[in-house]
Amino acid sequence: AAARGCGGVWRRAWQRGAGGPAPAPRGQRAVACNARGGAVPAGKSGLAPWVPVVGLEIHAQISSNSKLFSGSQVQFAAAPNSLVSFFDASLPGTLPVLNRRCVEAAVMTGLALNCSINKRSLFDRKHYFYADLPAGYQITQQRVPIAVNGRLSYSLCIDNKMSQMVTKTVRIKQIQLEQDSGKSLHDDTRNQTLVDLNRAGVGLMEVVMEPDMCCGEEAAAAVRELQLILQTLGSSQAVMAEGQLRVDANVSVHHPGEHYGVRTEVKNINSLRFLAKAVDYEIQRQIEELENGGTILNETRAFDSKLGCTVPMRDKEGKQDYRFMPEPNLPPLILYDAKSLPANMNHQQVVNIDWIHERLPDLPSVKRAKLVERYGILPEHSFTLLNEDGLTEFFENVVKQTQMKPKKVIGWILNDLLSYLKQHSLTVKESPVSSFLLADLLNLLEKKEISSTAAKQVLAELWKGEGKTPFEIVKEKKLELIQDQKELEQICQAVIDGQENEVIMMVLG
Amino acid sequence: AALKGGLRFQVSAALKEGHVTPTELCQRCLSLIKSTKFLNAYITVAEETALKQAEESETRYRRGQPLGVLDGIPIAVKDNFNTAGIETTCASNMLKGYISPYNATVVQKLLDQGAVLLGKTNLDEFAMGSGSTDGVFGPVRNPWSYSRQYREKSVPKSRSEDEESNWVITGGSSGGSAAAVSSFTCFAALGSDTGGSTRNPAAHCGVVGLKPTYGLISRHGLIPLVNSMDVPGILTRCVDDAAVVLGSLAGHDPKDSTTIQDNFKPFELPNLTDVSKLSIGIPKEYHAPGLSSEILALWSKAADLFKNAGAEVVEVSLPHTRYSIVCYHVLCTAEVASNMARFDGLEYGHRSDMNKSTESMYAATRREGFNDVVRGRILSGNYFLLKQNYENYFIKAQKVRRLIANDFVKVFGSGVDILLTPTTLSDAVPYMEFIKEDNRTRSAQDDILTQAANMAGLPAINVPTGLSERGLPVGLQFIGRSFQEKQLLTVAKWFEKQVKFPMIQLEVKRHDHSAFQHQKPVFFS
Repeated sequence: AAARGCGGVWRRAWQRGAGGPAPAPRGQRAVACNARGGAVPAGKSGLAPWVPVVGLEIHAQISSNSKLFSGSQVQFAAAPNSLVSFFDASLPGTLPVLNRRCVEAAVMTGLALNCSINKRSLFDRKHYFYADLPAGYQITQQRVPIAVNGRLSYSLCIDNKMSQMVTKTVRIKQIQLEQDSGKSLHDDTRNQTLVDLNRAGVGLMEVVMEPDMCCGEEAAAAVRELQLILQTLGSSQAVMAEGQLRVDANVSVHHPGEHYGVRTEVKNINSLRFLAKAVDYEIQRQIEELENGGTILNETRAFDSKLGCTVPMRDKEGKQDYRFMPEPNLPPLILYDAKSLPANMNHQQVVNIDWIHERLPDLPSVKRAKLVERYGILPEHSFTLLNEDGLTEFFENVVKQTQMKPKKVIGWILNDLLSYLKQHSLTVKESPVSSFLLADLLNLLEKKEISSTAAKQVLAELWKGEGKTPFEIVKEKKLELIQDQKELEQICQAVIDGQENEVIMMVLG
Repeated sequence: AALKGGLRFQVSAALKEGHVTPTELCQRCLSLIKSTKFLNAYITVAEETALKQAEESETRYRRGQPLGVLDGIPIAVKDNFNTAGIETTCASNMLKGYISPYNATVVQKLLDQGAVLLGKTNLDEFAMGSGSTDGVFGPVRNPWSYSRQYREKSVPKSRSEDEESNWVITGGSSGGSAAAVSSFTCFAALGSDTGGSTRNPAAHCGVVGLKPTYGLISRHGLIPLVNSMDVPGILTRCVDDAAVVLGSLAGHDPKDSTTIQDNFKPFELPNLTDVSKLSIGIPKEYHAPGLSSEILALWSKAADLFKNAGAEVVEVSLPHTRYSIVCYHVLCTAEVASNMARFDGLEYGHRSDMNKSTESMYAATRREGFNDVVRGRILSGNYFLLKQNYENYFIKAQKVRRLIANDFVKVFGSGVDILLTPTTLSDAVPYMEFIKEDNRTRSAQDDILTQAANMAGLPAINVPTGLSERGLPVGLQFIGRSFQEKQLLTVAKWFEKQVKFPMIQLEVKRHDHSAFQHQKPVFFS
């Protein structure tokens, strides 16, 4: 509901209580934010409206066999410290060696996000002391990143109505290659920190989105589109729950016509739902803070998913000076295109942008357009098909195996299959009804062997996953439509015969 | 007698012909290391593994299948190269007791070619210094302090006073490696060279010290000082040996992205008979303040030598060389600040008992682990890298570095083949005198003639040239074009042949009479 503010201008969303816009005491904030489900922009306070501004920094873990600068394997949830090379542990004398696959993933992603690819990019060291950063610095691309100046189009529906979709664009400032850090586990009771370096040195693409969004829903929709693109490319698995996609949101508010306000950075967001919540909460918090005469600190805040609000993070040591300097052990990263490719170069040694460009798979936007064109379904249906992992394939498989028109099939897919899966928190892959069974069922319906009411009954049986075919269920439950004239006549006659008096009454009128 | 000679034609030949076995050779070196222990050239002597390696080599020779010229040759490695199973300390409390799980690429290459690793040599802590006096294991003594040549010429005070106050430094920071080669305890040694750390001690100890072109030899496993200038250095008794070792080390390493992509073809050095087609450049800026008159004289004598042999000798100018020291100071400390960040006590090395917080543990670990020199460089490096200073210091220094490098490009572009310069301002000074100045001052003075080659990444070599009035070695430096090691070494070899640098007359017997007696017939006949 908060997304209704997306017109670009918000007003105080904190109304309320009997006392009108009385400042909410700090202690109540958490409560208020929990109860905010129905919060509505007031627009009645008479104060100047607020413009929220949201930018995102997204870290996508590159899907690769080995790490960005070492040969260690990349794998989620492996035994602690089992995937650590000498370089990852920063043993003295070790040197980084760039993983070509990671470069290709970044180029692919840059191309998919309409970036210009820098044919010469550089690596830098960013220094800070932290237990899970063994070298004392992170190798990143601060000065000249691999890709710049892109844009991402994403769509979202207005007022939660699938029929009212709008398409928006967010500018991509840059994509940079960098190392992931390890993980620290703080054991407060024993007062110790445990460090796992399995993740240390895994390749990341940091995608920086310009502050072109204005609410949580927009942010979530943009990230969802990015996630789909990454997964389509295979450049990242982009599973947020596994930390392969991590989003930091920069949020500020200002009055129209004025400079952007002081921004805060919200971290620790590990799902799209929480991203929307965190951003909206932070916008509300800032508006409230400012309207109460307070100021916004340029600080890092964490989203507490249990409380549904953002809280200031333990500040590392005040403002950090990362003391950037060029990484001296890596020469500039040179990429080629068809024109600049030297003839005598070993193909294993070079990354050819044009070659990668030609082999880009269909991106989600193209896939959606093709679905609409090929099957005559509505655009909003194509969004739903792509948003659910595996649903497009499921739909297309059903279409292939049935005579029913795709336009009708989509109804069964979205209204019956999807809602059942959602109700039972199942993924498409986990569906007890395969595309084959559903097609079977729809064929019975299409051949008018059963009514659509009966088809729903059969489907209800199929969900039980007992291994019966739709045909068997139909037989068992005697749900078939009767096509035989004589049989129908007999049934009718039997009914009439059994109700002689009523028939006479009817005949007599 | 063969064993004081060159690797390829004498030692290797002696091994092949069975005049001496690798085990005998190794044992002789080990026993000489013991008798010259007072030099403090070695931090770790790997007696057991060395003898085992010698034995394996012996088997290969017995089968008539030696791996090459280096098979069975005892070598030493500066203690800032990682050696699997053998302590690697960088002469620092931070890494005392640290045993690396892997070999530096250069170490691995030597071992793969059958070389016998005797041990790890002393240095300034983390190679920061120019005297080999600032390591946690104490200063290295220059073997020439105990030579007949020096004894005869230095004014003897009372006998005992002479002993403790007159010994001279080796120079640094690869002083242990230079002393090890100079005292015949090994046939070749690895050093590292960031601002002159191989050439400077080579000059003071009267041995050949080669700094190859940046990128020709892998740095993987060399604990860095300044990544963009560090090069593994080669210390040998003669130029031919340097070429042998270079040939065994050079070439692309997939583990070091800054090494050249092309394969390197090892070469043998021709005996140059005609230098008339050569153009030797004499950079006037190397006539630096503080250059001793006898080195100046030796330098012009060397120039005359080339001129008289028909070479063209021209004065050239490298105008930006005078900014090299201050430029180096910024770039070096900035990289040091960064490179040293990993020593936090968590993964390896020293860890303080302080456990109030992670931050206090870091601070105490680094305070206890590093000496004042290292801490001072970390501090100034971090200062130069601060956001507000980066442009004014780091960026500016990088630009100056480019100017210094361009000077060389211009000079070589003008037709000059090789530059001839002094390596050091003077001969080695007594330790007591050396430590009157702090490390920073000393490094600034001592690197002045060697540093620019690191800035430009060029190959350079110290060739022992003569003895000073005090009976100490003096060397001259040749600087060549990028990746033109063959030309550089060929000219150096010709020069070496002309100057006939005298062999050290080491008088070790006063320190360990029996060992010296035992060794004498082999090494000093």
